Amino acid sequence: MTTTMTMAKALNAGLRAAMEADPKVLMMGEDVGKLGGVFRITDGLQKDFGEDRVIDTPLAESAILGTAVGLAMRGYRPVCEIQFDGFVYPAYDQIVSQVAKIHFRSRGRMPMPIVIRIPFGGGIGAVEHHSESPEAQFAHTAGLKVVACSHPTDAYWMIQQAIAADDPVVFLEPKRQYHGEKAEVDTEATPPPLFTSRTVREGSDLTLLAYGPTVRLCRDAALAASEEGRSLEVIDLRTLSPLDLEPVFASVRRTGHAVVVHEAARSLGMGSEIAARIQQECFYALEAPVLRVAGFDTPYPPSRIEEEYLPDLDRVLDAVDRSLAY
Amino acid sequence: MADPDLVQLLTPEGERAEHPDYAFAGDDDTIRSLYRDLVLTRRIDTEATALQRHGELGIWASLLGQEAAQIGSGRALRRQDHAFPTYREHGVAWTRGVDPLSLLSLFRGVDQGSWDPEATGFGLYTIVIGAQTLHATGYAMGLQRDGVVGTDDPDRDAAVIAYFGDGATSQGDVNEAFIWASVFNAPVVFFCQNNQWAISEPIDRQTRIPLYQRASGFGFPGVRVDGNDVLAVHAATQAALQRAREGSGPTLIEAFTYRMGAHTTTDDPTRYRLSADLEHWKLKDPVERVHAYLTRHVGAGEDFFSEIAEEADALAVRLREGTRAMADPSILSVFDQVYVEESAELAQQRDEHAAYLDSFEDATDGARR
Ligand SMILES: Cc1ncc(C[n+]2csc(CCOP(=O)(O)OP(=O)(O)O)c2C)c(N)n1
Repeated sequence: MTTTMTMAKALNAGLRAAMEADPKVLMMGEDVGKLGGVFRITDGLQKDFGEDRVIDTPLAESAILGTAVGLAMRGYRPVCEIQFDGFVYPAYDQIVSQVAKIHFRSRGRMPMPIVIRIPFGGGIGAVEHHSESPEAQFAHTAGLKVVACSHPTDAYWMIQQAIAADDPVVFLEPKRQYHGEKAEVDTEATPPPLFTSRTVREGSDLTLLAYGPTVRLCRDAALAASEEGRSLEVIDLRTLSPLDLEPVFASVRRTGHAVVVHEAARSLGMGSEIAARIQQECFYALEAPVLRVAGFDTPYPPSRIEEEYLPDLDRVLDAVDRSLAY
Repeated sequence: MADPDLVQLLTPEGERAEHPDYAFAGDDDTIRSLYRDLVLTRRIDTEATALQRHGELGIWASLLGQEAAQIGSGRALRRQDHAFPTYREHGVAWTRGVDPLSLLSLFRGVDQGSWDPEATGFGLYTIVIGAQTLHATGYAMGLQRDGVVGTDDPDRDAAVIAYFGDGATSQGDVNEAFIWASVFNAPVVFFCQNNQWAISEPIDRQTRIPLYQRASGFGFPGVRVDGNDVLAVHAATQAALQRAREGSGPTLIEAFTYRMGAHTTTDDPTRYRLSADLEHWKLKDPVERVHAYLTRHVGAGEDFFSEIAEEADALAVRLREGTRAMADPSILSVFDQVYVEESAELAQQRDEHAAYLDSFEDATDGARR
């Protein structure tokens, strides 16, 4: 059955399906119950599954994650919503020192099937702490898996797969696209495995690598480039830890050019690791250094200039030009 | 339903009330000037909400209903005291002489706080819930070390006030601030505006006992005041600040009030609360009761009120025009002030981007794609 959905609706439907499939799945977070979350991603779930399963928590992120650990020890599958990217840090200690390490520390006796949902990225005209991209901090932490959806169909399936996974998953949702582009979601299809990347547009001149909010941008860039006679391949990485780079290597071996695009700051961002791996695996195929189009190495700016901070079509195409002219 | 645990000095009907421990220290002229601040603060708020609706601000966090809690406490501060706000303390900002336009520029998305915290005694807005309570405590510990606590010199002794909401009391940071302030006897007043809501979550999601009672577990006094009574708030805050300045340590004040508006302009409270509550709280309006008192007992007349109304109108015009005239910063300014000592690496990134921007000007067609 196919239904037209925004990403917000798709996530909501995916969460609902996960709760129906497994009575151990719980939602926890600030305002996730009655309000349905500030972005309405959990809309209607408390009404249908009750307050025991959809928990409006006191205002304390460390406690949301800390109690999720205990609930996971009792066999539950907590799905924790962090209201905005910038508010995950009070929970950082629990995530990095506990959630990520307990399986290892218990010699495998205690899995931590916790999903940490984080609306991330900029472009919504918000005040400080509401537009950040903390993915690399989590991808750098052993024991955590990190994925990012970019499309309603992926959102629908990936959230269910993340909840079904036995490892803790940081699930990043590009908030700018929650209520954006709609898609036909086939709720009976067989989705690709969670920890895989996906080619969203084929091309032969250069490989654009993106995830979350920049996938859309790279698709637009590829479209614009095609009008100039350039054929760009776009790969949605989808999973940031583990990375699924075999398709990327195969692509770069064909194109010889790669540009990584993310909103997060450039230095030590995901692009750094990806560039390192590409140069390691595709050294002789490369015709130009791997370039990165990213946020600057500064705090996120006030919103009136955020569009100039975020990678945009011009900056992506400029990097494409530079790579191809190299 | 007079609540014996609630300090009230001016009833919702505008009648003065007695309290065994607290008395309002000012005279009727002080009350007139408090009234002026209440009205102007409300006007700043109304104007900001309207500016947001017209797309001039990205977002606005209204203080509607909390004017007395903010003006009463802010006006109890001395010049040398220091306030640590959340993101909703527009009334306190007003009492500290912060130009409301600098609040608006933050919510417009032009900057992240342009006032000078040291010059105004008013810290930067803090959006991460609860973080500022620890900053306030540390600042208070600094005052102790600087020898400006307990000297008996009213121009010298200083204290700190930390603002936070009812939701914030669940955060670890806030509880840790209570512990530190208690252990170090820091000269800090914890001022909680219990407006009954943390976005959609009612107060019973944060606590099962009245918030002010938490203080005793941490080892310092707590008091609940009618947060819509500017006289009671002023008296209780003045007493707590004095205690702090004298070196007797922290106090928790719970200003019992109500968030009359949405959490912010992006929120829709009809999804989670009943309008009946609002009606009930409308009868306790913080501005109306002072108006009633001044009319009935002080003989304030039409000229007094219309003068303030005119001042409010003029202020609104200034805010409207000032907001519309605000220039956006240059993107290159994002590289400034990241560090005290800028790194060559960051400077290079700025230069790279400047060159990139110049390339559009140099391009023959001059246009971006
Ligand atoms: C650490 C953190 N978590 C979540 C948020 C999102 N948030 C903003 S305001 C708010 C509710 C705050 O309630 P309260 O402390 O009662 O203050 P009020 O807004 O009612 O004045 C929340 C959850 C935040 N700003 N910081």
